[in-house]
Amino acid sequence: MSEKTIAGYSVKCNDQGFMEDLNQWNKEIALALAKEESIELTEKHWEVLSYLQEQCKNETAITIRKVGKSGIVTIKEFYQLFPKAPLKTASKIAGTPKPVSCI
Amino acid sequence: MKKKLVILGAGTAGTIMANQLNKKLKAEEWEITIIDKEQKHYYQPGFLFLPFDRYTPEQVVKKIDKFIPKNIQLLNEDVQQIVADENKVLLVNGKEINYDLLIIATGSHIAPQEIQGMEGTEWYKSIFDFYTFDGALNLRNKMRTWEGGKLVIHICEMPIKCPVAPLEFAFLADEFFRKKNMREKVEITYVTPMSGAFTKPVAAKELEYLLESKQIKIVSDFNIEKVDTEKSQIVDYGERTVDYDLLVTVPTNMGDEVILRSGIGDDLNFVPTDKNTLQSKVKENIFVIGDATDIPASKAGAVAHFEAEIVVDNIMRFIEGKAVSPDFDGHSNCFIETGNGKALLIDFNYEQEPVKGTFPIPGIGPLQLLKESRINHWGKLAFRWIYWNILIKGIPIPFVPSKMKTEGKQINKK
Ligand SMILES: Cc1cc2nc3c(=O)[nH]c(=O)nc-3n(C[C@H](O)[C@H](O)[C@H](O)COP(=O)(O)OP(=O)(O)OC[C@H]3O[C@@H](n4cnc5c(N)ncnc54)[C@H](O)[C@@H]3O)c2cc1C
Repeated sequence: MSEKTIAGYSVKCNDQGFMEDLNQWNKEIALALAKEESIELTEKHWEVLSYLQEQCKNETAITIRKVGKSGIVTIKEFYQLFPKAPLKTASKIAGTPKPVSCI
Repeated sequence: MKKKLVILGAGTAGTIMANQLNKKLKAEEWEITIIDKEQKHYYQPGFLFLPFDRYTPEQVVKKIDKFIPKNIQLLNEDVQQIVADENKVLLVNGKEINYDLLIIATGSHIAPQEIQGMEGTEWYKSIFDFYTFDGALNLRNKMRTWEGGKLVIHICEMPIKCPVAPLEFAFLADEFFRKKNMREKVEITYVTPMSGAFTKPVAAKELEYLLESKQIKIVSDFNIEKVDTEKSQIVDYGERTVDYDLLVTVPTNMGDEVILRSGIGDDLNFVPTDKNTLQSKVKENIFVIGDATDIPASKAGAVAHFEAEIVVDNIMRFIEGKAVSPDFDGHSNCFIETGNGKALLIDFNYEQEPVKGTFPIPGIGPLQLLKESRINHWGKLAFRWIYWNILIKGIPIPFVPSKMKTEGKQINKK
């Protein structure tokens, strides 16, 4: 774990750049993280991000299937918004933990 | 009149429950009934070894009633629906069974129909699972004569039971084809929806060498949309493709349809359950154990075994009118075959990721955590004996309590 300065804020991050404390998250940080991924955040992006944060607060594991059934985006659209590895990238920008397996 | 406790499912978790509650509950006060649609009890961890001809089919299946105490009523029936509001279950044959307390232990199973093109004409021809007895046997027959090509080992989506099994399959496949002197004819690729084969920092650091040394290619962040059987490709939502000649996939894992029919599950038919008390969020007189829950613990037999102690305690508390206790820490323990007579062992819980250390006796072992060793491999093989003779009979395993021990682990304090 380390401290990283993002958009002028000092935030706790793990080695892979995922935030460790959702309470430190704000929109400026999200914009900066999105820029690192070359993503320009639109209204839809923000909706997905707040959905992920809600799931995280409810302690529900986030999956592609859940996002696809969220009513916000289809899985295809999710890929268009956050190309290549949408779950990982969107989680990073949302300040939620990286989805992990047991090992 | 006697009170009624009903257990749905006589697999790993249900059988442990039947054995433990039979000792705990007074026979003059409680009548216990356990219901399962199958007549056979499978040792599912053995499905990993069947395709490689390392276990025989007879070693992984026994009659279900062999493990249920005689004074417990075992019904060989399919459960149609749980009517939680009326404290009753309906059987497919039309009968109704009332209960005072219900334990759901209906497990999870593969659902290849969730992925377009998977279960079509190529199913059990060039596409196989090894998560079922049938799948593992069909795959064994295929592997006996397969002449090589692109072997793709693939996970459709999480969560799956025993999340390390596909990785073990890849390691064992490497050994299998090496021993057959045809490793150079087989290209092994491991395809996962996760960010890598190892997702936890310490494990990733310690174990990444395994894939490289065994020449297993990895494709990560791959979320399958469909199987294109014409082109022998799996295709992800981002339009990436991976070619296969032999696809060994772990299809979507789902809870039983009875959960769907009862309207009590999540989008994968898992039952919303308190992750620490194991009481369902459906109704307070329903407890859930094993693969059927939606808790963020691993879906594994060893986990069901640890959960059992907490479920029994909480059932006793509930009966006595006391508050249930949040004692389950997510403890999980599992051997990981790495091939060539070696295995790893991991021991972890909700908070603690797998790290190095000694197990089960801190500082002594004899088993090593997160490190390949021969003795771990013997441990894995011994697990079958432990499963049939200790685990499902609900007998505690010496030195392995349900709460994870931190002693004996190399934990970096934050
Ligand atoms: C390939 C593979 C390797 C594995 N390796 C390991 C390992 O190394 N270590 C480990 O600890 N675990 C391992 N596991 C996981 C382990 O087998 C499971 O986690 C465990 O069996 C779960 O127990 P359960 O009782 O929840 O479900 P199950 O044992 O699957 O039992 C569920 C039972 O419920 C019955 N049922 C379901 N619905 C109904 C209905 N509607 N009506 C009547 N009956 C019903 C079913 O017939 C079944 O008998 C492995 C699994 C697989 C597939």
